[in-house]
Amino acid sequence: MSGSTGQKLGGETAQAVVDTAAPSTEVASKSPMQLAAGRLRKDKLTLVSLVVVLLFVLAAITAPLAVHFGWIDPLKSALNLTDEFGRPKDKWGGMSMDHPLGIEPGTGRDTMARLWSGVAFSLFIALSATMIAMVLGVVLGIVSGAAGGWIDAIIGRVIDLTLAFPLTLMLLALASTGLIMVEKYLHTPKGNPTAAVYVIVVLGLFGWTGIARIVRGQVLSLREREFVHASTMMGASKFRLYFREILPNLWAPILVTFTLMMPAFVSAEAALAYLGVGVNAPTPTLGNILNESISYADVVPTFFFIPGFTIAAIVVSFNLLGDGIRDALDPKGHQ
Amino acid sequence: MWAYAARRIVIGVMLLLALSLVTFVLFFASPADQARHACGKQCTDEQIAVTEKALGYDKPVLVQWGTFVKGMVTGREFPADPELKKTHPEFITTCDRPCLGYSKTNGVTVNSLIGEAAPISISLAVVAVVIWLVFGVILGIIAAVTKGTIMDRGIVGLTLIIYAFPTFFIGVFFLKFVVVKWGLLSYPQYLSIAEGGVGGWLTNLFLPAFTLALVYLASYVRMTRAFVLESLGEDYIRTARSKGLNSRTVLFKHALRAALTPLVTMTGIDFAGLLGGAIITEQVFAYNGIGKLTVDSANAWDLPTIIGIVVLAGSFVILANIIVDICYALIDPRVRLG
Repeated sequence: MSGSTGQKLGGETAQAVVDTAAPSTEVASKSPMQLAAGRLRKDKLTLVSLVVVLLFVLAAITAPLAVHFGWIDPLKSALNLTDEFGRPKDKWGGMSMDHPLGIEPGTGRDTMARLWSGVAFSLFIALSATMIAMVLGVVLGIVSGAAGGWIDAIIGRVIDLTLAFPLTLMLLALASTGLIMVEKYLHTPKGNPTAAVYVIVVLGLFGWTGIARIVRGQVLSLREREFVHASTMMGASKFRLYFREILPNLWAPILVTFTLMMPAFVSAEAALAYLGVGVNAPTPTLGNILNESISYADVVPTFFFIPGFTIAAIVVSFNLLGDGIRDALDPKGHQ
Repeated sequence: MWAYAARRIVIGVMLLLALSLVTFVLFFASPADQARHACGKQCTDEQIAVTEKALGYDKPVLVQWGTFVKGMVTGREFPADPELKKTHPEFITTCDRPCLGYSKTNGVTVNSLIGEAAPISISLAVVAVVIWLVFGVILGIIAAVTKGTIMDRGIVGLTLIIYAFPTFFIGVFFLKFVVVKWGLLSYPQYLSIAEGGVGGWLTNLFLPAFTLALVYLASYVRMTRAFVLESLGEDYIRTARSKGLNSRTVLFKHALRAALTPLVTMTGIDFAGLLGGAIITEQVFAYNGIGKLTVDSANAWDLPTIIGIVVLAGSFVILANIIVDICYALIDPRVRLG
């Protein structure tokens, strides 16, 4: 076995050399973007995950419409469908033509409707938190890398400090005071809107360090490039230098980090829901649907497994997509 | 070397001070009435005022933070009232250094609360680290040497899928299905080594530690795989191969050694993070570790305990980073400190 692996590895390196040599001899006029798109097109797994991600995004976008036009109603309870213990009367968690994924024990609410809206709420929370983290991380990363000196040192220490805070612990511990602060200073309506804003803001405020470090690293090499020097010579302002010259060169790491941050925040929302922080029922999120299902897990297993697998599907597909994009953009960087 | 270590420690202490200050400001800047929560729902305004004074909540945040920092260094007494100490010394609770505070809710010092919970969290962390390192490194090496095959894709894919499920989903699945419904394992309840011996301690820890380890497994498999592949591409590996060494020696003696260094770093930091409590896992399995203590104190608005845990957990992370960086330089001669 050891002999064959040696040969295999040897063969693979030879293969890689041919691969990288091929584009330059074959076609001379392909942009890096076209090369990446070409590589992506060959990567079946990434394409499949892209389709799954797009389906979830589509579901999230259409959910408010579906509720608006009355196709689904995630809040309507149907007590006639449950027995005296709150269990669905029908088999398989109350699955039927009207309720393809069954009903919620206790209230009889339609699981598919709740899950559909839940995907929308969860992705909205994840997207908003991701945006905050990305903007913070990219801006501070660029400034840190391009400005250097004491600004770089301060931002570096702030990153160290942020990383020293235990994230889940802070989210949980701050919830009691944080909710009051959000309500008072951001003037959000009491209850779920405040809870959603709290989760978004705190995830965003603690989640920016990774992208800031990546961007800083990239900027450190970018700032030695000719176009940056040229721009400085021509008297470009700092703002122009940072956000017009450097920023457009950073789209690759930004795209990859974005795709990988989304599923992390979907998971975080679920974990927080389990700890009782965040949006509460009746408003559905993937986290609180799964959390509500725990007490029925052994009695109505479908109601427990369906939201669990939905979260897993979102996390896996976003992660595979992110990995695929990264490999396509930088085939040598990650073997 | 020593200068570097000293500088890192000074920066570490400053970070810790900043961490505790930010924590204080975050918690006390809120308009919530902390004394009312500490005192309880039945308290009259007078009692609240007494509580406020006894706990020092009537003072500005910076003064409270100063008292907290001083308590870390010299220890504190609760309530800090010299007159009461003369007349009723039995009402005074002494909190030895490093004093993390006094929990009015529980009527004991935060140190003693954490002292009770810490062994459980530490046990959980130790067993979990062993599980995820053993499985992570083995699976990672297998994936690396079978790169591109079904085996490789299967290992990487499967661990990613496991990672994708929320921890509490996996924990509840183990408890309600594997343990209760199918009866495959016995219900885990924490036993200290003193109570149940090493065997009892380990069997009861297995399920929660395994749940916790699954969270980290995917990233360790990927890291090991990437590091092994990276070091297999290095020049000295080619040299070793061309010397005629068989690939087993090349893999285990040459490639793996270089690959393990960054793994040690990650393990140290992740382990330190867990010492602050595995909140979800401890909550699912009802293990009264630091994580469960956090949840309980958050629900009870027990602010001193929360602040104590945040500072403790933060200091573990800061300390681990320093230790890991220094160890890194000791293990790997290519790393230069400066």
